Amino acid sequence: MEIQDLTIKEARKGLLEKEFSAVQLAESFLDRIAKADKEISSYLTVLPELALGQAKAVDQLIYQGRDIPLLAGIPCAIKDNILIKGEKCTAGSKILENYSAPYSATVVEKLKKEGAVFLGKTNLDEFAMGSSTENSAFGPTRNPHDTKRVPGGSSGGSAASVAGGMAVYALGSDTGGSIRLPASFCGVVGMKPTYGAVSRYGLIAFASSLDQIGPLTKTVDDAEMVFRAISGADPLDSTSAPFEYRRLEIDVKGLKIGVPKEYFVSGMEPEVEDLVRGAIKKYEEMGAKIIEVSLPHTEYALPAYYIINPSEASANLARFDGIKYGFSSKDAKNLMEVYLKSRGEGFGAEVRRRIMLGTYALSAGYYEAYYLKAQKIRTLVRNDFNDAFKKVDVLMTPAAPSLPFKIGEKIDDPLSMYLTDIYTVSVNLAGLPALVLPMGKAKGLPVGLQIIGKSFEENTIFQTAKIYEY
Amino acid sequence: MLNKEEVQRIAALARLELSEKELEKYRKELSSILDYIEKLEEVSVKGVEPTSHPGGLKNIFREDEEKGKDEERARGMIESAPGEKDGYVKVKSILKRSK
Repeated sequence: MEIQDLTIKEARKGLLEKEFSAVQLAESFLDRIAKADKEISSYLTVLPELALGQAKAVDQLIYQGRDIPLLAGIPCAIKDNILIKGEKCTAGSKILENYSAPYSATVVEKLKKEGAVFLGKTNLDEFAMGSSTENSAFGPTRNPHDTKRVPGGSSGGSAASVAGGMAVYALGSDTGGSIRLPASFCGVVGMKPTYGAVSRYGLIAFASSLDQIGPLTKTVDDAEMVFRAISGADPLDSTSAPFEYRRLEIDVKGLKIGVPKEYFVSGMEPEVEDLVRGAIKKYEEMGAKIIEVSLPHTEYALPAYYIINPSEASANLARFDGIKYGFSSKDAKNLMEVYLKSRGEGFGAEVRRRIMLGTYALSAGYYEAYYLKAQKIRTLVRNDFNDAFKKVDVLMTPAAPSLPFKIGEKIDDPLSMYLTDIYTVSVNLAGLPALVLPMGKAKGLPVGLQIIGKSFEENTIFQTAKIYEY
Repeated sequence: MLNKEEVQRIAALARLELSEKELEKYRKELSSILDYIEKLEEVSVKGVEPTSHPGGLKNIFREDEEKGKDEERARGMIESAPGEKDGYVKVKSILKRSK
């Protein structure tokens, strides 16, 4: 049995046909993590006790001849900014190194009801701030396709665990591309749902008007299954929307695919452009209609994003005060020093950078010039998409301007790291769903195609992606 | 370009203690990011409404009522705090004793 290549569908078949038990499956993955993850470092915490307990419960159901839910017994990984009750949750930060979650995230509860098996918690850029997973306080994750290179970020641990055959699927979170970029760099499917489609209750908040949880999987079918399981309204998250996923059948003939011309400008590596254009051509050959569209405010999305994101982050991270949870400096002599030293010592370089940037943008005298202006640009970016979607069903773009870069290459140049997100942030600003689909390799490294859809039309995206996959 | 005093002021507002070396590092980095953001000056936003979140949802209300006690969860939260005494979160003294 080649467990590293198993999809959800195949693993389920194996369980139902009693080719292997859920406990055997979980044990094989735990063994594989113990061997392979020494080199990759995709996991921060491995949870053998929890996983084997969950697997045993599924085996009991199978033994009794009962029906099992779709994800029952399937081993998965959870990004370490999503809470599992009673387990450590670090967000990749020293400030939460010893924090244990007092409750579970809604997505975790939903997966538990599906009979999921949680193998462990995966590495991330500290508080999900980064594009390479190098910002983790616990060391970087390596790309399974080339261990000298980054897996992308911030859900780099989740993407690498799936690409490295150390989980059948994983959950990540996406604020400006944090699911889609690592999916592209690691050659897996990654999906960022519509804002509000999935509950964020129990996700450690980063930038609340942008954050979404979504799946990283080996196939589009698998992504659809996980999305179906985790989506839906949640009374514990007021930003979640009443939404019920419905599968859709579409015909590639007559499918209108928009290609935004602003996404194909200088700065993209030629190998990436060739593969992306090649994939779009394939759709055309199958009968889809390719239409060039314009998203005129594209070049302003990234600077607007880097005001909105740090502003919201600076407010959200005010709760880490050295008093309520996590790390507290031992050297503090008074209350003010508790704040200053706990935060100064507990946060890493990128987190401090964003907190300061956000604090500056929100401070008296600057609010209108920065935050308010960025919110207005956000409206323009949304309008661009609305206009384009009057003409087309989906948009296709590259997921990243480059192939996976080397570890250390961009870590000392924050701005060049930010530019990695150039094709993904607009989607978060507009709250749209988007999926990244692996479509081949250049120089031995994976490249992803981004498919963007209309709000709450994840079904169109999934079906469009499946056409290419098969 | 930000000067050192501005960076110091931002760090103080954000409750972050920084060393001299870090102040200089962040002065340069934040300045270069802000230079990049200046790009937004090219765009006219006259008459454009701001978007605070993309959901289009209005305020969601619920009754302000007690939802039952979860002792275990409450204990978990208190135990998460670095300092705890008699079931309360412990902090450094806030008020000074008058003499």
